[in-house]
Amino acid sequence: MCGHCCNSDLSLLTEVFNDMNGNGDNLISVLQKAQDIYGYLPTDVLYEIAEKTGNSPAKVMGVATFYTQFRLKKVGKYLILLCKGTACHVNGADSIEKAICEELKIQDGDTTEDGLFSLKTVACLGCCSLSPVMMINEDTYGSLTPAKTVEILREIRGREAK
Amino acid sequence: MRIVIGEGSCGIAAGAGKVHTKLSSYLVNSDIEIGIAGCIGMCFLEPIVDIYDGKKLLKRLVKVKEEDTENIAVSLRNNDFEALKKYEISTEDSVFLEKQTRIALRRCGLIDPESIDAYTSDGGYSALKKALTSMSPEEVIEEIKISGLAGRGGAGFPTWFKWNAARNSEGTEKYLICNADEGDPGAFMDRAVIESDPHALIEGMLIGAYAIGAKNAFVYVRAEYPLAIIRLQKAINEAMEKGFLGNNILGTSFSCFLKIKAGAGAFVCGEETALIESLEGKRGMPRLKPPFPAEKGYENKPSNINNVETFANVAWIIENGGKAFSSMGTENSKGTKVFALTGKIKRGGLVEIPMGLTLREVIYDIGGGIRDDKEFKAVQLGGPSGGCIPKELLDTVIDYKALNATGAIMGSGGMVVMDEGTCMVNMARFFLDFTTKESCGKCVHCRIGTKRMFEILTRITEGNGKDGDIELLEELCDGIRSGALCGLGQTAPNPVLTTIKYFRHEYEAHINEKKCPAGECAALRTYHINEEKCKGCTLCAKKCPVNAISGKVKEAHIIDITKCIKCGQCKEVCRFDAVEIK
Ligand SMILES: Cc1cc2nc3c(=O)[nH]c(=O)nc-3n(C[C@H](O)[C@H](O)[C@H](O)COP(=O)(O)O)c2cc1C
Ligand code: FES
Repeated sequence: MCGHCCNSDLSLLTEVFNDMNGNGDNLISVLQKAQDIYGYLPTDVLYEIAEKTGNSPAKVMGVATFYTQFRLKKVGKYLILLCKGTACHVNGADSIEKAICEELKIQDGDTTEDGLFSLKTVACLGCCSLSPVMMINEDTYGSLTPAKTVEILREIRGREAK
Repeated sequence: MRIVIGEGSCGIAAGAGKVHTKLSSYLVNSDIEIGIAGCIGMCFLEPIVDIYDGKKLLKRLVKVKEEDTENIAVSLRNNDFEALKKYEISTEDSVFLEKQTRIALRRCGLIDPESIDAYTSDGGYSALKKALTSMSPEEVIEEIKISGLAGRGGAGFPTWFKWNAARNSEGTEKYLICNADEGDPGAFMDRAVIESDPHALIEGMLIGAYAIGAKNAFVYVRAEYPLAIIRLQKAINEAMEKGFLGNNILGTSFSCFLKIKAGAGAFVCGEETALIESLEGKRGMPRLKPPFPAEKGYENKPSNINNVETFANVAWIIENGGKAFSSMGTENSKGTKVFALTGKIKRGGLVEIPMGLTLREVIYDIGGGIRDDKEFKAVQLGGPSGGCIPKELLDTVIDYKALNATGAIMGSGGMVVMDEGTCMVNMARFFLDFTTKESCGKCVHCRIGTKRMFEILTRITEGNGKDGDIELLEELCDGIRSGALCGLGQTAPNPVLTTIKYFRHEYEAHINEKKCPAGECAALRTYHINEEKCKGCTLCAKKCPVNAISGKVKEAHIIDITKCIKCGQCKEVCRFDAVEIK
């Protein structure tokens, strides 16, 4: 319907819409559940949500782009959330970002060519006393140095190459 | 004997989960129980393992590593406490807790946050019972008035007044909302309360709902706090089962339902009217006030919004009386306040202190001063809405009025300490970078004004500052402050104004001399090798990506500053601390 190349399996959304009718769930929750399913929010999914929730596509897009949690592009297998909150800033988050960007040859918001890593900077992961901090998928890494960061990334890449 | 492992997010990040698994495996078939607690607030010592005999704390082991667990387990089985000495907290570090007064955090790190029985057996929900069975809603509000409790979310507005307004507002359908968006980057008080003592929040909210007459309540939790959401949901389910939530609570006519709404990552949604928009599933754009939420809030119904820490104090006040709370603090600020002490501090973590202590007492007596024997430079309070307080004002007392007088604010509790290596212009730039990204775009002053300020601050830190830039910043600050629609824009100038006020010389050095006194701004620093310290190991020369370093083995090396790209790798690899920044 959107004329896009995404071709998502929209039947996966059925349950989300069924739930929605039950307890008056709002658009944000629906988008969150959809993102849990697809890993990001493909365009055809956004259109489908607009139709089923009775909102205009513009409104759905408006909400999806307002909140930083929502992703409109596919992310890599490992999503790096690098904290750039105040405590991490004071303890050198910039140098960690530089190290990641140089090692992976990507910028904030990008995904590596092989689809392994994506980098996203965020403001505070709530682990400020371990700053600088990053999360890779579910795991939190604290007290980072540029060297330690590169080591962690190479370790993951090595594991994946096997 | 019982051992308890501190498993808040930061404990887990430091490895508490792995320590738990290992200890469990070494302690199978022993009569030693293993349990969890939330965050005790001594984040600098995580992972922490406490050893209890009943309710009595026998030993507190700190910075426990996976490798230590076998040893610890053997000592525990043999009752050999002598062998545990090397893991035990030092008397110096114990001071961190001893100097605190804990009300909002009273059970954090002490009880199992995933068990309602742990909460009730420690006296939990007795304040709710007291309020529902022996006090009218008006009496509850009166008690909160006597306590002097003010909103801990930042603005410090008297809690009783908001409750009273919501109570007196017309309409039968009212809502109570808890603001757990905790947007200040560098603050984690609310996360710790929810992860460590979720029932304290629920109990406080129920008392509030009873006071204003609300049957439905929400907790708006930021998306970055998955563990808090899991634990709170578990607590809600258990409270429902035990009859503390739902219809006819504790057999009275009072009914209340509580739901979690996960935020989706937007700082402005911490602002109460934006939060309401977001709860309704829309873009989180602030509404014009008045009407205030007490009249027209969620779904245009009377609503009351309070911060997590505000609610966490409520049950204590009802139980111990408003006077007990107001006996602590200063003339205009009662009770205690929780701070997240972070940055270049020796002992970082959660600190709850009576109002009226000085900043110096918190940073030096509790926090142990600056790490690595560096000089204190400033402390940042209130995050993107707050300001930087310099060394000369370290004896300022912590109360709403005194902190406002410095140009900073009490804020929600972020307290980031900076040392001589932090550039204050860059700090202001950091916050403006944040506010430009987080501005919702609704009003022009905030959307465009902060952007222009960010550009000016960027050019100053890059060595392209112009004469008159400071005055231009001040003018912009003035305009944004008076013209912005919501608190985000109105307070965005604070980090700039306070740094100009107390660190004007740093701005001038950047603009006039093209120098960054703190040596932080990359464009303005030059790298040099100290001939006396250099051993000629050649490591830096090998590492340099542009071959800017020359020198023979075992002789002092030199950096060609015309080639140097200031990447800092030489400084990082040098083992003799010979690379210096000027
Ligand atoms: C930009 C902005 C962000 C805010 N962020 C938060 C927040 O993260 N948590 C919070 O409790 N209050 C925050 N507030 C304050 C709320 O608007 C509101 O005053 C507060 O939740 C009221 O609760 P209290 O009276 O218990 O403090 C923020 C305000 C502004 C203007
Ligand atoms: S500032 Fe990075 S975790 Fe809080």
